Amino acid sequence: MKIPATKAIMECLLEQDVDTIFGYPGGTILNVYDELYSYQDKIRHVLTAHEQGAAHAADGYARSTGKVGVCFATSGPGATNLTTGIATAYLDSSPVVFITCNVSESLLGRDAFQEVDSTGIAMPITKAAFLVRDAQDIPAVMRQAFAVAANGRPGPVLIDFLKNVTAPDQMIDYEFVHWRDNRDCAGVRELSASRLKNPEPNRQDADTLLDMIAASERPLLICGGGVVRSRAHKAFREFAEKVDAPVAITVMGGGGFPGSHPLTTGMIGMHGSKASNVACDACDLLIAVGCRFSDRVALNPASFAKQAKIVQIDIDRAEIDKNVLTDHHIIGSARRVLEMLNEKLPQYRHTAWKDQILPLRAPSFAEESEHLTPQQILDVIRLKAPGNAIVATDVGQHQMWAIKYLHFDYPGQLLTSGGFGTMGFGLGAAIGAQMGNPDKRVLHITGDGCFRMNCHELATVQYYNLPVITVVFNNGTLGMVRQWQSLLYRERYSETTLDRGPDFVKLAEAYGLKGFRVSTRQEMETALEQAMNCGSGAVIDCTLDINEMVRPMVSAGSGITDFLLS
Amino acid sequence: MKQPMNSERKLYTLCLLVEDVYGVLSQVSRLFARKGYNIESIVSGATDKLGIVRISIELISDGLMIEQIAAQCRKLLSVKAVKILDENSCIRREIALIKVRAEERSARDEIIQIVNIFRAKVIDVDRSCLTIWVFGSQEKNSALIGMLEDFGILEIAKTGTIAIERGRSTIYDDSKLKEEYEYGKNVL
Repeated sequence: MKIPATKAIMECLLEQDVDTIFGYPGGTILNVYDELYSYQDKIRHVLTAHEQGAAHAADGYARSTGKVGVCFATSGPGATNLTTGIATAYLDSSPVVFITCNVSESLLGRDAFQEVDSTGIAMPITKAAFLVRDAQDIPAVMRQAFAVAANGRPGPVLIDFLKNVTAPDQMIDYEFVHWRDNRDCAGVRELSASRLKNPEPNRQDADTLLDMIAASERPLLICGGGVVRSRAHKAFREFAEKVDAPVAITVMGGGGFPGSHPLTTGMIGMHGSKASNVACDACDLLIAVGCRFSDRVALNPASFAKQAKIVQIDIDRAEIDKNVLTDHHIIGSARRVLEMLNEKLPQYRHTAWKDQILPLRAPSFAEESEHLTPQQILDVIRLKAPGNAIVATDVGQHQMWAIKYLHFDYPGQLLTSGGFGTMGFGLGAAIGAQMGNPDKRVLHITGDGCFRMNCHELATVQYYNLPVITVVFNNGTLGMVRQWQSLLYRERYSETTLDRGPDFVKLAEAYGLKGFRVSTRQEMETALEQAMNCGSGAVIDCTLDINEMVRPMVSAGSGITDFLLS
Repeated sequence: MKQPMNSERKLYTLCLLVEDVYGVLSQVSRLFARKGYNIESIVSGATDKLGIVRISIELISDGLMIEQIAAQCRKLLSVKAVKILDENSCIRREIALIKVRAEERSARDEIIQIVNIFRAKVIDVDRSCLTIWVFGSQEKNSALIGMLEDFGILEIAKTGTIAIERGRSTIYDDSKLKEEYEYGKNVL
């Protein structure tokens, strides 16, 4: 059947069960948006205030739902505005298909209006970047892009259509094939050139690990982002309970293992808990699942887990021995590997080891004080907001506090830019998460510095009537940078003090949302209750002391127990 | 650290089989730039399989870093196989075309003698110069160029180095490593 090229693009989206797209139109992508107009009843398009917001929203949608996110943008500045969002998704292995259009073939390479080499720019921050120059390639490229984004180690993919490819006179051969029925995937099989159609982890590798577990007296598990991405939380929990080992959770692993579980020791690394970091130093077997030992976890690779045999379970072979040299590895999706291990794993008891580590955990309630403290704000959220509320954060002190003091119980509950550390990620991600999870409460936890970066997306929150609640940890400074300046730069606060507007309450009101300002625990409780019942989005501006610090802290490159702050 | 660091820097040849798709060479070469590594030479050419190109890259690296670069290359969808070769495990060859000044008859005779010793060939001749073709290891070619410098070299064009493993084993051989990489790539 011959259909117009742009129609084929829409049909290909429907093949993948896409019902929500985030984006921003422009000159070169007009043909696609024109077709989208005819598909409004099947595909909902969310118009953000800025392409970066759209990219983060598609990312947040993907992370919270487990589906592939989709984002549209035009050529030139549209495409370059996506790049921070693409890199954020890449570093955190989030499956998003970015679709941009470029100038026509006749103008390509002539520095035409709004022309940029989008695929070239995206190359180092995507799993694959496709430039489509022939309309006949559309179905194959679209199917391949979704398959590549979602499979193996997930990640972003860019498709750049030349404008002439989307012209109304371009007719192509097309037949609808739902992704489940598509065993061929148009060239994907050839590309992977693999005999492994249903890849299974290596049985022998798994058995070796089972022997290592049997020989271990002081095992420690690390729950990494791979557990979240492969939705391996059930298998991981069973594994942890059978091994009976303490579990340290990385920033990306939040939600992979219940934050309130008796085996949890909390975060590990730079702002890791004492329990996690001491356990890491003292364990004799470290099993890291879906964790790449980033420099924020393995601060000093040479001394990291120095007494332990290190085992890495990862889907990406290139991560093995990249940052920390390991003694053993198993390649495979976290879920499949853990299920395979669980089949043969007996129940262990490591009482003495647990008694050594678990009491090091800090008490998890906030102390009373005259001023509002970060922990009090998060206490209120933990007690008042629904337990399954999705939390999107920005980057900095508030991010570390939120991860430390809130408990995440399922994958996709915590949305945070762990790898790329993108300030301004949170609000976009919260919008995407709310779109994908209309029945859940979505909270956006941010700082005054981060919020200022992308707060224009409040317009999107208001327009789509999303009940997203933004909680601003307002300490009038770039808190995390200031913390480093306090501790390592002799209190020379170079350009980190944010003694300037806007008034976030007035800003919220300007966007047609509710605004609250709180400076005590009691006010916070009242404001959160009112915000949850106001029927629209809201902003709660929390006044904090400028000198609040994230504790504990280990400086970059140090031994994991050399705490700079306890 | 779990293993002794393989920190000796030496010349490696990285051979890749890649699918002949748009931008694949820049995808591969970009990985070297990312690690801050200078490519000594890079050659791309056809293979016995249609649509598959072999890229040979020479660089000076330590053992750990070459493994890292190879790992990143193996992740690329269009990369089918990667082999790390060093001087003990492979044969390396390159071609050079050398245009050398030869205005006197005596100079011409002498150059032709040298060329014969090196089993090179004169492929173009002019009243004022000779153009010489030489095929061999980098050492041999450098030695010839060194000899010809006395006469005045006008221009040199060299290919990069191509390399192939000694013995029966080939780049197509399956290994556990290859299977492990395909796990992550497998997109069905």
